[in-house]
Amino acid sequence: MTVTEAPVATRSSTPPVRRGRGTFRTRVLVPYAMLAPGIILFVAFMAAPIVYTLFLSFQKTKVSGLGLGAGARSTVFAGIDNYVTTLTNTEFGASVGRVLLYGFILIPLMLGLALLFALLLDSRRTRAAGFSRTAIFLPYAVPAVISSLLWGFLYLPAVSPFYFVFDTLGWDVPSLLSAGGVTFAIANIALWGGVGFNMIVMYTSLKSVPSDIYEAAKLDGASEVQIALRIKVPIIAPAIVMTALFSMVATLQVFAEPTTLRPLTNSLSTSWSPLMLVYRDAFTRDDIYSAAATSIVIALVTFAFSFLFLRVVQKRAFGQED
Amino acid sequence: MSIATTLIRPDRAQRKAARDSARVFRQKASPVSTGILIIGAIYCLFPVFWVLMASSKDSSELFSTFTLMPSTHLWDNIIELSQYRDGLFWRWVLNTAIYAGVGALASTWISAICGYVLAKFEFPGKKIVFSILLMGVLVPGVILAIPQYFLLAEVGLTNTMWSVLLPQIISPYGIYLARIYAAASVPTEVIEASRTEGAGELYIFNRIALPMMGPGLVTIFLFQFVAVWNNFMLPYIMLGDDQLFPVTVGLSGLLNQGASAPSMYTLVITGALLSIIPLIIMFLVLQRYWKVDLAAGAVKA
Repeated sequence: MTVTEAPVATRSSTPPVRRGRGTFRTRVLVPYAMLAPGIILFVAFMAAPIVYTLFLSFQKTKVSGLGLGAGARSTVFAGIDNYVTTLTNTEFGASVGRVLLYGFILIPLMLGLALLFALLLDSRRTRAAGFSRTAIFLPYAVPAVISSLLWGFLYLPAVSPFYFVFDTLGWDVPSLLSAGGVTFAIANIALWGGVGFNMIVMYTSLKSVPSDIYEAAKLDGASEVQIALRIKVPIIAPAIVMTALFSMVATLQVFAEPTTLRPLTNSLSTSWSPLMLVYRDAFTRDDIYSAAATSIVIALVTFAFSFLFLRVVQKRAFGQED
Repeated sequence: MSIATTLIRPDRAQRKAARDSARVFRQKASPVSTGILIIGAIYCLFPVFWVLMASSKDSSELFSTFTLMPSTHLWDNIIELSQYRDGLFWRWVLNTAIYAGVGALASTWISAICGYVLAKFEFPGKKIVFSILLMGVLVPGVILAIPQYFLLAEVGLTNTMWSVLLPQIISPYGIYLARIYAAASVPTEVIEASRTEGAGELYIFNRIALPMMGPGLVTIFLFQFVAVWNNFMLPYIMLGDDQLFPVTVGLSGLLNQGASAPSMYTLVITGALLSIIPLIIMFLVLQRYWKVDLAAGAVKA
C-alpha cells in the first residue's frame, strides 16, 4: 500500500477505480472471481459446444467387419468429407432456398410495417395510440409454438373464419397449408409475432430524438409525411439496421413454427428448414457428424450474411455523415 | 418577469408562440393514421380473440359451429385439461415458471455482476474478456443446442431440469446491456466510499450497485424471460420425460396426438389460452420497462 501518487489525481480519472493502490489480490483476483460464474458458463455452454461441433464435423464413423460388437465401430478423421456431403446435399440446398424465400417475404414486410406503425405512433395526430401500441406489441408475449398453434387452426378450412366468408361468397381459395402456401403461412406467423417488437425498437429510437428538430422543419413548411421520410427515418436508421440484422439471423434459424405446424399439414417435410435438417440428421438418423458440419455451415452463412449486410448498409446509411 | 423576458428575448417568445400554435394544429386527429394502427391492432388481437372463443367450445362444436361464436364449455374444458393425466398440464406450467423465472433471475444476476465488473474495474485482460463475450452475441443460440445435448449427455445431465436451465443462464447480450447500465448508473465515488468504509466487494455489488441498476435489470430480466419461454428447440432436444416438459413442448406433443384423436384439439386450444394469459398480464404490468434500445452504441462500435 504505497500511496506515492496524489490521491486527488487518481480520483479525477474516473474509470480506473483502484489504480496505483491495489495489491495483486484486489487488482486481479477480485474482478476475476466476480466474473467467474459468467466465464465458466460461457466456456461450458458457448465455447465448448462450438469447439465440440468443429471437432465432430471433421470426424466420421468407420465400420469394420460386420459392424457388430463393441470395437467394430470407430470414429476416424474425415477431413472435409462431411462438408462436401452437406454442400452437395440437394435436401440442404432446397431447405436453404425455402428459408431464403421465406426471408424475402417476411423481412421487408415485417420491418416495413413496423416502421410504418412506429412513425404513426410518433405522429401527434394519431388517436388511441396507447391501445394500438399495446395490442401490436402483445404477440411478442406469445411464444412461437403457441402462435403457430393458433394460426395453424386458423388456417384449417373447417375453423378459419376467412374460409367461412369465402365459402359463403362461393369463392374457391387455395389453402395456406398446401405446398405452395405454407411458406406464406409460416411467414405470417413470424410477422404476427415479430412486427410489434420491431415497432417498439424503432419507436423507442424515435422517442429519443429531441422534438426541436421537427419543430424547426415544421416552421419551414415541411409536411408531416416529409418530416417522417426525410428526418425521422434517417435518424433512426441505426435502429432499423439492427432490427434487420436480428431478423435475418432469426430467419435462417426458423425451427419452432414449421415443427409445430407439421401435424396439421402434409406440405412440411422433416427437412423444410436447415435447422430441421440438422435435427433430423442428429437424432433420427444418428449421424451427428454430418449434422455438426451442417450446423457449422449454417453458422458461417449467418455470420457472412450479417457482416455483408452491415458493411453494405453502413456505407450507405452512415457514410454520408462523414 | 414574463414581460421582461419577452422584451429581452423576443425571438424565443416568438418561437414559443409558433410552437404553441403548431401544437394546436397537430391536435387535429388524423383518421388515416389512427385507422391504419387500429387495423394493425385488430390483426394482432384476432388470434387471441379466436382462442378465447374456441376454448369455450366442446370438440364437436369446434369444427361445426361458426368459428367466432362463443359457446358455454370453457369451464368444462379447463376441468378436462386439468384432469388430463393427473394434471400434467399444470406440471408443465410449473416447469415453465421454473425454467423461465429462475433461469431469467439467475441470468440477470450473472449479467449484472459481469457488466458491473467490466464497467467499473480496471484489470489485466479486461479488453479480451469483453471482446470474447461480445462475440458471443453474434453466435446463434439455436446452433448450440445440439452440441450442448451431446456434451450434457457425457455428464449424464440430459433429461433433467438442469439441461434446460443451465445453458440459458449465460447471455452475452445481457452482459453487454448490464455493462452500459452499470457505467451509466453506478457512480465510481459511491463504490470508493463504500470501500473506504471497509465493505466487501460482493456486499458493495449486491447492496449498493445492484439497486442502482434496477430498471435496466428489469429489462434484462424480461428479455431473458421471453428468450427462455420462446426457446422451443432446447427443451425439445434435451427432455424425453414429459413430466419435465415446459408448456410449449407439451402442447406441441398434444397437437401431434390430435391427428389421431381429434378430442385432443380442445385440450390444446384451452391449454394455449391458459398459458398465454399470465404472460399477457405480465406484459401489461411491466410495459414501461420495454424501452428497447438495441442500437445504443452497437452500430457505432
